[in-house]
Amino acid sequence: MNVLLDNSDIFLNGFVNTVKLFLIAGVLCLILGTILAMMRVSPVPIFRAFGTVYVTVVRNTPLTLVFFFFAFAFPLLEIVGELRDYYFFAAVIALTLYTSAFVCEVVRSGINTVPVGQIEASRALGLTFGQTLSTIVLPQATRSVVPPMVSTMVALLKNTTIAAGFSVAEAGAIRDILSEKGYNVTVGMLWVALFFIILVVPLTLVQRSLEKRWSVAR
Amino acid sequence: MSASALFDLPGPKARMRYRLYAVLGTLLIVGVIAFVIYKFLDAGQFDGKLWEWIEYEKIQTDLVAALGKTLTAFAVSAVLSLLFGAVFAAGRLSDHAIFRVPSMVIVELFRAIPAVIMMFMFHYGLKFGDPFNSVVAALSLYNGSVLAEVFRAGILSLPRGQSEAAYAVGMRKTQVMVLVLLPQALRAMLPAIISQLVVVLKDTALGFLITYEELLYYARNLGGVAQFGRPLIPVTIVVAAMYITMCLLMAWLANYLAKRERKSKKHLDTGDDDGPLPNKPVLMDSTASTM
Repeated sequence: MNVLLDNSDIFLNGFVNTVKLFLIAGVLCLILGTILAMMRVSPVPIFRAFGTVYVTVVRNTPLTLVFFFFAFAFPLLEIVGELRDYYFFAAVIALTLYTSAFVCEVVRSGINTVPVGQIEASRALGLTFGQTLSTIVLPQATRSVVPPMVSTMVALLKNTTIAAGFSVAEAGAIRDILSEKGYNVTVGMLWVALFFIILVVPLTLVQRSLEKRWSVAR
Repeated sequence: MSASALFDLPGPKARMRYRLYAVLGTLLIVGVIAFVIYKFLDAGQFDGKLWEWIEYEKIQTDLVAALGKTLTAFAVSAVLSLLFGAVFAAGRLSDHAIFRVPSMVIVELFRAIPAVIMMFMFHYGLKFGDPFNSVVAALSLYNGSVLAEVFRAGILSLPRGQSEAAYAVGMRKTQVMVLVLLPQALRAMLPAIISQLVVVLKDTALGFLITYEELLYYARNLGGVAQFGRPLIPVTIVVAAMYITMCLLMAWLANYLAKRERKSKKHLDTGDDDGPLPNKPVLMDSTASTM
């Protein structure tokens, strides 16, 4: 208990950063992922190809490697100037680029659950591709997409811990500070693990109940 | 649903419009890629000098050795997590609450804790010694509990009649499980299992964070060698290509098996087809964490 109480500011700071990373990257990857999914079903072949290549490559790259690139290699290119919080910025970019490939697949499988008849009907009414997608398909897809999307977001939340290995002060980085101060690292990490359980388990339960309730409908 | 249901066969006007979009889109994408390549060139990352390292035999053998360490960690973790998954799936399916409840708690627990946190705890906290031990322990526990859910879902997805018939001919519970349910479930679950093994392979890269001398760790070291002009970007590209190739091969195998399974006459309709048009919404299998 002392480990937690003596270092409450470190734990608090770590978790604020975790939640910040999670929220920023979460919103960005939802946007980018949806755009990618729209590209993958679009009538323009080159967009479809780009979406497919992006998803295939990114899904098969270890996230640690993506972090590695943005933490060490990307600064060498000098595209962005000196940033005060460069590592935080890099972590957001890495998590967003990585997770949006998974979001894209979830959205696309959601689009697949919308009955063809509805799409044909909307086309018969003269709606364009964009109108069909935005007013008929995506709103309905959202329903079947929420449960798997929650598990993608849980994965994103857990993945924020990798940022700790790349100098971002979030929950995973608590280890460094504790071992420097000579506290028991095991106990510290058990507290971190407990916090993650508190964050993740309710999300999983929500997802399970949504899945049960919504998969019966239609 | 085939994607083409979303739009009509383009007429002459639409074709022109699509062509315009295609040109603009290509320009944008090519522009971004060209900009990155230009920046690479500008930073001198494509200079011959930075690629010289690849010609050294010592480096080649070291790279292969690092790859070997990655693959060893992968193989050991894969076997252990399959074992863990099988044991705890059986536990969760048990009729006795004394097995069922602890199995459920353990599986949910290890699924919720990030693998990195476990790795840090094992390596720096509990002092498991060689980083290899911590990498394998963390990966096995995390992926094992995910696999336990995959196995369980596989068994539960079989039609009830299968076990009812087996009980009717007088089999005991163990026999029903081993002779009837497991072989069928394995067939259906094989693609999901392999996809999870891709995750194991990808996650071995986390070993980098606790100084396990795997591929990424070696890349970091080689990328800092001044003699070769600190070829961090070339090394990253090569290592990324290695990871992507390995994972793609496994993903391809999973796809191939899934396709074969779907075509097979022995296929059981468990609702996970993306066949012509499913009437019920097909949800993505949320038990498998594909990240």
